[in-house]
Amino acid sequence: MIEIKDLHKSYKTGSNSLHVLKGINFSVAEGELVSIMGSSGSGKSTLLNILGMLDEADSGTYTLDGVPIKNLNEKIAARYRNKFLGFIFQSFNLISYKSAVDNVALPLYYQGLKRKERMDRAMAYLEKVGLTDWAQHLPNELSGGQKQRVAIARALASDPKVLLADEPTGALDTKTSYEVMDLIQKINEEGRTILIVTHEHDIAEMTKRIVNLKDGVIIDDNKVDQIKALQYV
Amino acid sequence: MFDLERWEEIFDTIRKNKLRTFLTGLSVASGIFILVVLLGIGEGMRNGISKEFEGDAANILYIWTGPTSVEHKGLNPGRIIRLRNSDFQTISQKYEDDLEFRSSVYRIWNGMVTYKKESGSYRVEGVLPDYQFLENSSMVKGRYLNYTDHENYEKVVVIGNRVSNDLFKGAEPIGKYIEVSGINFKVVGVFTDPGGEREENRVYVPLSTGQRVFNGSNYINNMAFTLEKADNFEAALAASNKFSAEIDQFLKEQHVVAPEDTRAITINNSLENAKRFYDLMDMIKFFFWGVGICTIIAGIVGVSNIMLIIVKERTREIGVRKALGAEPLSIVGMVLHESIFVTAIAGLIGLISSLALLELVGPIIETEFIANPAVDFRVALTTVIILIVAGALAGFFPAYRAARIKPIVALRDE
Repeated sequence: MIEIKDLHKSYKTGSNSLHVLKGINFSVAEGELVSIMGSSGSGKSTLLNILGMLDEADSGTYTLDGVPIKNLNEKIAARYRNKFLGFIFQSFNLISYKSAVDNVALPLYYQGLKRKERMDRAMAYLEKVGLTDWAQHLPNELSGGQKQRVAIARALASDPKVLLADEPTGALDTKTSYEVMDLIQKINEEGRTILIVTHEHDIAEMTKRIVNLKDGVIIDDNKVDQIKALQYV
Repeated sequence: MFDLERWEEIFDTIRKNKLRTFLTGLSVASGIFILVVLLGIGEGMRNGISKEFEGDAANILYIWTGPTSVEHKGLNPGRIIRLRNSDFQTISQKYEDDLEFRSSVYRIWNGMVTYKKESGSYRVEGVLPDYQFLENSSMVKGRYLNYTDHENYEKVVVIGNRVSNDLFKGAEPIGKYIEVSGINFKVVGVFTDPGGEREENRVYVPLSTGQRVFNGSNYINNMAFTLEKADNFEAALAASNKFSAEIDQFLKEQHVVAPEDTRAITINNSLENAKRFYDLMDMIKFFFWGVGICTIIAGIVGVSNIMLIIVKERTREIGVRKALGAEPLSIVGMVLHESIFVTAIAGLIGLISSLALLELVGPIIETEFIANPAVDFRVALTTVIILIVAGALAGFFPAYRAARIKPIVALRDE
């Protein structure tokens, strides 16, 4: 599903150049649940952003679902993001003036679906994350866990190939974190490919594979026995 | 533009950001409102002032004579110059095509006017029918003098409103006979004059009758002319100056007066005076336009400011939208669509409410110097469009920049 070869990325800050990713080779098969770990500054978020086409690599190749991702202009990048990827952010990034269901329906608007169909699909995904009753509420009327579940429903709405989650539990307490992880595990079990960036070991252990990043290189990449989040909920 | 889905998205945004929409709208609406009200009052002042000055036909030329003050061709100064019917006829014929109205005036001195027991001393003049238009008189009752009266030496008279009130005390004057310096004249009309009481204090008889009955021979005291309307003020002024110079020369030759003698023959060109008044009107116009343009600039700055803030505020939202698959153009389109829609609606609200205000309050604030405050609708509409374009431009650049920011940067924006 994801194929990365010799990926480099550096940031220029004034006269200094910070080499963040120093040759990443990495691949993800369909249906995997992978966590990318590392301390801050290890380059894990940068890697995720490049995977999410939110940022561009300096060199190296990136293939997503057989499509080479290179020399993207903004328009095509936007189209690919809409078609291939679903994002889950640490700070949820819901649009504050839109209700839960309208937030979920937003990627479908950019797919050009009619309003009625958008609403039906969005409601279906809200039901999936257990928030049917909260559909008409604004994000600031929801708890953190509920917001993240709305965000997950939104990420799923466009039926993407890959879900990319950047510290999805970073802003949540432990119990809520496990609830969210339980939801993510269930989505994975339906066959969806999911990548999670985290620095929390307990969260990482709930995935099926842990990739450790340090100073811009992968230091180890192991399949692990998944711990079910459900048992903590 | 006609994408229904887009409109829904815009309305959704507007509905859920009422304060922001309200503030944008307020700055646009108040800018338009102030501008239109100012222009309206400016127009009202122009109307008011021009009404003040419209007592007499604005481009009138008066000619009268006096004693000579300069020796000329062996003739002593102090010689009395008197105009004759022939002077008037010559000028009338020579400038037939240029003149709009013309009349000569024979003044009857010691004009005692009596009706039954009432009597008074009024200014009595023999005039031609055109004199009505030269004085801007309009009839309250009956008719003015006409050429038949003139040709037949009719003993008829038109009297001013004031004279009618003095002598007839409200009774019907038409058809009654009044004595003018001991001779009976029949009243055929009562006139009113925008110059007010002073000019309604007059009595007019046909010129020919006046000259014959009061021993005027073929003498006249003064002449009045108006020229045909010109396209603009400058042309009117040039024409009347030329006319004035030519008849001045003609009359001085006829009466053997030195060219430099201004007391013997005087020509009062009211247009020359009117120029000062027109200058004043222009000043008022420029002033209000100046204020109006400053208001518009303030409005544009206000709208631009709000647009900048809105886009800044929405940077993160733009990042989210881009992460969800919004193309840059759709972002710019969304921001512009919303801003144009809001400014257009607000502009029209400001326009309509200010026009309504002028319409409602206009009659109440009418004074000597403000009359019929109104504004050219096209001018007002143009300013609305200018504001909309300015708002759109002001929104475009930050929106364009925001749409070009990488979503990762926009998402980091707190």
